[in-house]
Parts: sequence; structure tokens; C-alpha cells
Amino acid sequence: MDGFIRAIIQGVPIGGVFALVAVGFVLTYKTSGVFNLAFGGQAFASAALYFKLHVIEEWPQWISLVLSVFVLAPLVGLILERVIFRHLRNASDLARLVVSIGMLVLIPAVMKEILDIATVVKHPVGILPDGLHPYQLFGRYPVSRDEISQVVFAVLAALLLAALFRFTALGLQMRAVVESARMTELAGIRSDRITAFSWALSSTFAGLAGVLIAPRYTTVNETYFFVLVVAGIAAAAIGGLTSLPRSLGGGFALGVTAILLRTYLPQDSIIANQIQPALPFIVLFCVVLFWKDRATVSDPLATVDPPPPSSASDDRGALLTWGTRGFWSVVLGLMAMHALVWGNEFRTTLYTQAVIYAIIFMSVTVFTGIAGEISLCQSSFAAIGAFATMQFADRFGVSVIGGAFIGAMIAALVGAALALPLMRLGGIWLALATLAFALLFESVIVNFDWVGGLVPLPKVPRPLLGTIDFENERTFFVLCVVALLLVAFVVVRVRNGTTGLFLTAMRGSETAIASIGVSRARLRVTAFALSAGIAGLGGGLLGMYSSTISYSSDFGPFIGLFWLVLVVNLSTRTVEGAMQAAAGFVLFPEYILKPLDLGGAYQYIFFGIGAITFARHPEGILEFQKRRSMNSIQRRIDRRSGRSSSSEMPSVDTPTMGTTS
Amino acid sequence: MNTLLQAVQVTKRFAGITALNEVSLDVAPGEFVGLIGPNGAGKTTLFNCLSGLTRFDSGSISFDGVDLSGVAVHQRARLGIARTFQRMELFTGMTVRQHLLVTDRAHSRSGAMWKDILTGSKARRDELQRVDELLDFLDLGADADRDVAALSLGRGRIVELARALMTQPKLLLLDEPSSGLDISETEVVIERLHEVNRERGVAILLVEHDVEMVRSLATRVFVLDFGTRIASGTTAEVFGDANVQRAYLGGVS
Amino acid sequence: MTPVLEFREVHAGYGPFRALFGVSLALESGRVLALLGSNGAGKTTIARVASGLVCPTQGSVLIDGAEFGGKRPWEFAREGFVHAPEGRSVFGSLTVSENLQLALRFRHKATLSVCIDKAYDLFPRLGERRLQLAGTLSGGEQRMLALARVMVDEPRVLIADELSLGLAPIIVDEVYETLRVIQNTGTSLLIVEQHVGHALAIAETVVMLDRGRVQFDGPVADFASQDAGVPR
Repeated sequence: MDGFIRAIIQGVPIGGVFALVAVGFVLTYKTSGVFNLAFGGQAFASAALYFKLHVIEEWPQWISLVLSVFVLAPLVGLILERVIFRHLRNASDLARLVVSIGMLVLIPAVMKEILDIATVVKHPVGILPDGLHPYQLFGRYPVSRDEISQVVFAVLAALLLAALFRFTALGLQMRAVVESARMTELAGIRSDRITAFSWALSSTFAGLAGVLIAPRYTTVNETYFFVLVVAGIAAAAIGGLTSLPRSLGGGFALGVTAILLRTYLPQDSIIANQIQPALPFIVLFCVVLFWKDRATVSDPLATVDPPPPSSASDDRGALLTWGTRGFWSVVLGLMAMHALVWGNEFRTTLYTQAVIYAIIFMSVTVFTGIAGEISLCQSSFAAIGAFATMQFADRFGVSVIGGAFIGAMIAALVGAALALPLMRLGGIWLALATLAFALLFESVIVNFDWVGGLVPLPKVPRPLLGTIDFENERTFFVLCVVALLLVAFVVVRVRNGTTGLFLTAMRGSETAIASIGVSRARLRVTAFALSAGIAGLGGGLLGMYSSTISYSSDFGPFIGLFWLVLVVNLSTRTVEGAMQAAAGFVLFPEYILKPLDLGGAYQYIFFGIGAITFARHPEGILEFQKRRSMNSIQRRIDRRSGRSSSSEMPSVDTPTMGTTS
Repeated sequence: MNTLLQAVQVTKRFAGITALNEVSLDVAPGEFVGLIGPNGAGKTTLFNCLSGLTRFDSGSISFDGVDLSGVAVHQRARLGIARTFQRMELFTGMTVRQHLLVTDRAHSRSGAMWKDILTGSKARRDELQRVDELLDFLDLGADADRDVAALSLGRGRIVELARALMTQPKLLLLDEPSSGLDISETEVVIERLHEVNRERGVAILLVEHDVEMVRSLATRVFVLDFGTRIASGTTAEVFGDANVQRAYLGGVS
Repeated sequence: MTPVLEFREVHAGYGPFRALFGVSLALESGRVLALLGSNGAGKTTIARVASGLVCPTQGSVLIDGAEFGGKRPWEFAREGFVHAPEGRSVFGSLTVSENLQLALRFRHKATLSVCIDKAYDLFPRLGERRLQLAGTLSGGEQRMLALARVMVDEPRVLIADELSLGLAPIIVDEVYETLRVIQNTGTSLLIVEQHVGHALAIAETVVMLDRGRVQFDGPVADFASQDAGVPR
């Protein structure tokens, strides 16, 4: 009994932290309509500034608090709204999710660069003086002052915010603006002000949560905040993502359950050791699994905005299509020559890396570009491929090429198994579940001996095919290029084939695709499995390339998010887009950042900024540039061949299908 | 009389409100049946139950001798139930021709991914021929290669009709096909529906507020009010019914 | 007398799509103007320009003789313009009663609850469902909610876009009954209507559009006599 009470008293402060994040997340979601993963970044920004001012510079506590929570945080919120999310009002949930992931990458990178705190080894401090001071609850259970502040703030915030939404006109207007800013304006309400206030409020809350939570960790690190946000989302999901009191309860329940399980499960098993960090992800996954899909609401006046442009490749003529293909063949040929003939070995390995990443990124092309869904666990699939290759080579002596194919198969199967129960959902829920899986993979699955838990980790050998030894970097490069061409062929065939047609149709209308006799679940499972298989194959090659698999630096969930943002920013629909993203991912740090003597954080900063351009050009910045140049070239061709311009726009009154009911 | 579609005492409740209360309805092969009623009477809910988008609480629905409980939307489509939507559901980003091609592929169930990879799945001649035939039949030829987003509401409704026909249905469920159309567009829809029913022998169940349209097309009519069937019979009987006058038609006819 | 709303050579559109080509019209205070024309003629765009939802690319929009082109919808609303957009146009994530509160609060702060009760009197069906989320109402009930709001608001100018769309004949009659009542309180009406018969029965002035241009502009009597190519 004593153990039980002790577990509860230990669990409540942890639950308080979850609850704090959950409440903040729900607040952001309710007031912005954005599934804002950048919440972690916003929390980090304030925590980092507070740390810098109070702990390093030793400014007084209250000044540091005011500056970091009540000045910086609202400012960050306002900037996010003004620069980015205002332009995404009618964008899909997924587009907004991607942009918020971009911000999750960008904000901490910028803060770390400005504040220069990356190398400081000091313990963060809470907002109360002497925060570690322990109180003895009932005379024998120690609770620190910081922990009490976390619980109190979580409860207070949930109650106050719930009251704001339920009883005030402002709260009502905030909710209305999220759904349709225009309709709110028709009632005489200045929606821009309401929106700005919403963002400032939710960002302030993110900052406060960040500062309150920071003392739990040994240092201020953005990955802690990121993982914490996902745990908070789990608590929020228990509350249906919109109910503040239920999110609060969900947070506490999670915290207490984790400690209880740890107390009562058999000691020393991997499950017992990992259950506390993993529980939120398991819960999140399950909540999503049993989520009842509610009718989604969209802005009835969205049609006031001009329709989105079509993709560049859709409105180019045959001549230009062949022209672009020829151009790309020449560029790729030159690069291959550069890698094989003219370059040194280092250059060859760099190009090999780019080719492998191009394969992995094509998995994003399949699932996001063609199927229109977002998966946040592509890095886990790649890791599955890599570890499978390693395990099969090490344990069973299977040839690594065979191992890589088996790895791809296993990744595809895992993908299908993961997808099956989730497929009725799609959209943001699918993205969430895959994120939960990626984090679960990291905190539990990867540690098993039959995955990547062996110490020391066996090396992945290079393949040996007959007399060809791929130990040689140049022959290995050729092997990777062959694999890339194969995958590209498959992707293009699928995109242009029946499956691609079905998937495009499904993006157009979920309801209608079923009404013509296509099983949506099967379609999604197929696409997801293909995508996972491609990622697994790429992962296997990456394992061979680096010989020792380093999970955390190559396959962590955060890396997976970064991949996605990168590919989506450039162009998701095309194979070229994946290749260009890979080239950027590998060559950019080497050839641009190194010569300029900029740190690795700048990679994140630059690609985060890419996410801002995504806000303006959701089809991908490359796609946008391409369409522009394509159109001008096409016009020139048309003029020369004497065809009249086909771009005269028809006049329409309501370019709307489906607003009438 | 043999029946194609038979709904028996279908009941559906949403959060304490009875949207459908023991509604029974039947459609014979090749018949043209109207379904009318005031707003919120449960017409769209009934449609959703028939096409599988909504599960009903009790009662039974059978189609062509098959009990439909537990049969998914796409499986019902394969059995021969096609529908159009009150709020239009087109595949945005695709051309009219692609709409029909995709539907034909779905109907012939030739969508396996390995075929794409091995053969490339270019449109075959017989597929294109079927598509062109239907384009001709519904006079969509001029718009065949335009993106549906660029079409007017009226043309969009015809595209929905074409897509539904492409599945070679035995029964067509039409949810307010004239809503949002102007008079000339409505006339086109009426004419096409007439042809679909007479020439192709497709049974049609039509929900519509345009009383004239129902009167000129349907041979039998069901009337719903507050989730209950308040009248049924031949078109003339139903429109002469005093209850129907009071609940639905009012002064204007 | 200065018209309450006036368009002078207004051009407008949606990005690359152009919908209006130099439209001029005037709505006199307390009068009823009906916009007629086939789908795609530009009626809805005119309604949207008249409430600030769409900004004209050329030409001017005047309210009581003062330039209003380029102003935001809330500024139009504060001039007493109420726009009932076509389609469902309710907040699906708010309850029925919250929808009414939001729509009416700005102009009827003091009498908010009275107004809301009036709306429930008009549509008892909504009263039964006041705590239900509007998104879960049937299509017709959502239209009723949008209408209820408009009918108790007593605006200076009411812009009604396809009010009768998707409503049962008996309700359409009620809607037009109420529009007459509203007009008698001094409200000016700009009506977009597919059903020409209904529109002509209440309108005083008719503007007939074709592909974004004005085809006819004049009193309803002239329109009826010349029958400018409209069926029925």
C-alpha cells in the first residue's frame, strides 16, 4: 500500500508536466486550428532564454521570467502567425502540420545559435527560488517546490482557459475564427486581431510550460521538449484534443499509470525499464486507433480564395517534357562522371550517400506525394531495413544484397501491419500514429537484441557479387545508382498507373472513391507498404555504406521529420524532387556550409526557412520555380510554333463544387 | 412484382434524435422512384444508409437478393449501387476523362500495383472506347480533357452522373441533382435522367426538392417527414395527398 | 438620393479567374434589388463584393456615397451590411446557440437573448437543438440556422445569396414571407435567386447578368414586359 501511494505521489508531478503540455497544446489547437508540433520549439525558446538570462548571466529571476515568457513567447507566436500561418488558412491540415514541423526544427536551431548555450553544462532552474527544496508530504513523501509549481500551474491554466472558452465572448470568437475567419468578419468581428491574440496567448503558454518544465532535465535540449510534446499530445488525445479539463486529467492519468506500471511490472525486463518513456506513445497510438472520426469542419467561404495552381509537369507540352527529361539525364550523367572518373574517393562516397538518400526520400514521394498522406516514421522503416540487413548477414550469413531485400520486405510488412488498423483514418491521425510509432521504435523496439540492441553492434559488410567486390567505393556507387534507377522506375510506373490514378482520385474525394467500388483501406495499405519498403531498401544500403549503423544520428525520429520537411519543401510529386532533396541534404553541408564556416545548426535554419516558403507555395518551392520557368519556356515554344496561347482563363462565378447543400 | 432494392423498417438515431423511424422502401428493377420531404426529414440519412456511408440501428436493407448489413461502401458499389452526392464529390485535380477511366478501372478491378510496375497500365483501347461512348451519351465530349475544377456546377453534376453510370449500376441513387442549377441546366439533367432510365434500364431513386422534376420523372414517390414515411404511392396519388400538401408542398406547387 | 450601395464599373475575380467585367448597379435605400442570371454569370461574386469578401480589382464600391472598395468584411458589417452566403455558412464546430450569439452579439449587445429567443420562435426546430453542434445538423437545418440569424438581425442592408436553395417548398414560402417583413422595417435587400418567380415577386429592381456583364438593369415591370430572354 505504501508503494502504491508512493507511486501516485511520484506520478502526479510527472503527470503535471504532461498535463501542462497537453493543456498548452489543446489551447494552440483550439485557437489556431493548427496541429502545432512547433509547440515544442516555442517552449524550448522561452526555456532557453530563461536559462541564458537567469542561469548563465545570473539576472534576477523575475526579469528573466518576464523577458522569456511574457515578451519573447508572445512575440514568437505573433511572428509565426503573421509570417506563416496567416497564409495557410485554407491549406490542408497536412500542409500546416509540415510547416509546424519545419518550425519545430527551425526555432530551436535559431535560439541555440543566438544564445550560444549548446555547450554550457549547467542545470536549469525553475521559476521559484530554491526550486529543489523538498517538502515532505504526509511526513514521508518528498515533493520539490518545482514539482508543486508545475502541478498548480497545470490545474490553474486548464480551469482558467476552460472558463475563457466557455463563458466569454472572446473565447467564442477565438473558436469561430479558427473555423472561418471570413464568416466571423461578416458578423463585424476583426478576425485578424482575434487570431493575433490567440497566437500570442498560446505561445505565452508554451513558453511558460517550457520554463516550468526545464528543471526536470539536466540541460536545456530541444529533443527533450519534442518528445515531451508528443507525450503531451497523448494526454490531449485522451481529452479528444479539444477538452481542456479532460486533457488535464489525461496528463495526470498518464503520469501516474507510468509510475504504477514501473512499480508493479517485473524488474529488469526491457519492458519495465522502458515503460515510463514509452507509455505515452503507446497510449497515443491506441487513442488514435480507437478514435471516432468526427465530421471535419471546413471554411464554407474557402472558395473566395483563388484555386491552387496545378503542378508544373501537368501543363507542359510534350516537347518540354522530353526537354526536361533530357536535361536531367545530362545533369545526372555529369554527376555520375564526377563521382566515378574525375573525383577523389571522398567525393565518390559523398555522392553515394546522396544516391542512397534519394532512394529513401522517394518513399516520401510515394506516400506523401502520390497518396497525399503523411508518415512521420519513414526513418524507422529505414532503420528496420538497415538492422534487418545487419541481422541477416550476421546471424544467418545471408548475402547483404539479399539481406537488404529481406529488410525492405520486412519494412513493407511492418508498414502494412501498422497501416491496417489506421487506414480508415488518414490525414492528421495517421501522421500522429506514425509519429507515436517512431518514438516507440526509438524508446523500446530498437533496444531489443534482434533489432539494434546488441553490444557491440555487428558491422554490415559490403556485398560481394561473383567477382565484383563492392568494398570499392566506385563499384558501390554504381550499385546504389542501379538501385536508385530501379526504385525510380517503380515509383514512376505506380504514379502513372492505375494505383496512382486511384490515389489521386482519393485525394480528390474520399467518399466518392469508395462509391465507385475502390477499397480505400486496401489502397492506403498498398501505398504505405510500398513506401515503407522503399525506405527499408534505402536503409539497408545506408547500413552497408556506413558499415556500423548509428541509429541515433542517422535514423532518429527527429531526423525522419527533417527528411519529410525537406522533401515536401522542394517537391513531393516528382522523382526529381526526391533527388534534389537528397542532393541538398548531403551536399549542402559539405559544399556550402563548410566553406562558409557555418555550424551544423545552419542546415536546420536554412531548411526551416524553406518551410516558410512552403507556406506561400504549398506545391513545393522547386515546383513553384519550375512552373514559372516552364510556363515562360512553353509560351516561347507556343509563340514560335504559332499556337495561340492556351492560358486564357475562363470566367467563372463560383469555381466551387460542393458548397451548395 | 420483384424488387431490386428493399429497405425494411430502417431506424437510425443520432444522439437521441431519431433521424429515421422504421422507414420501409422498395425499388423494382428499371423503376424510377422519387423520395421527397421537408428539410431534415432524413432523406440524405436514408441515402447514406443505402449506400453504406452510415450504419443504421435496426431494420434491414437488401439489394438484388443480397443482405447489405455489414457490406462496405465499395462492395455495395461492386454489387451495382451507384450514387451522386448533394454536396458534390468530384476528384479535384483530374479531368473528366480521367474520372471515367478511373471508374472503369475500379469497375473492372484491374488495379493491382504489380500490373502498374510490369506493364505501365496505359489506357487500353477498349477502355477508352467505353469512356468515349459515355462521354458522347451525356454530351460531355467538349469538356472531356478539362480539369473538373474548371467546370460549372451544372456540368459537374453531369460528370457525377457519368461517373456513377460508368460503374454500370443496376440502381442509381441521386441526391438533389438539380440543387444549385439554373433552369436550362436542370432541363439538361432531366433529359439525361430520362434517357438513363429508359434506354439503359437503370433503376433510379431520386431525392429532389424540385417538385416539377419529380413529377415529370418518377412513377412512384415516397414522402418522408421527421424520419417517418408519411405517404407512398404513384406520383399522382402522392401529390394529391392532403398530408403531403400540408407537410411539404404548401401553397406553391 | 444617394444609393445605400453602389457599384461603378467593378471588375473582380478569383486569382486568374475573372468573374466580373465592369459591373455598375445601385441599391436605393429601403428597396429590393434582385440579381438574376444563369450559373456562372457573376451573381455570387457581386454579393461577395458587396460584403467585402472579394475585393474589386478595378472600379469602386460605394456605401452612402463613400468609397468602400478594398475594405474588410467587418467594416462592411459595421455599416449594417449583413451577408447570408450561399451554402451551409454556419460554424460547424459551434453549437446552435453559440452560432446565434456570435452572429448577433456585435449588433445587439443589449438585446442578445431576446434576439436569440426570437430566432427559436421562428424556427422551433433550432430551439430543440440549441446545444447541438451545428455541424451535426442536417443540410436543411443548417440553412435554417443561417436564415434565423439573418431574419432577427434587422440589418440596414441584407445580402441574401440563394436563400431558398435546398429548402422544401413550404419553407421557401416562409422565407419570402419573412423577407417581406424585413423589407417593411426599412431594410434594403440585395437578393440572388435561382428561382426567378420568387425573386420577381418581391423585387422592385432587376439586374440581369450574363458572363460577368450587366444585360439588363431596370424596374421589375420593364423586365417582365420585355422578358429579357429568361425562361419562365
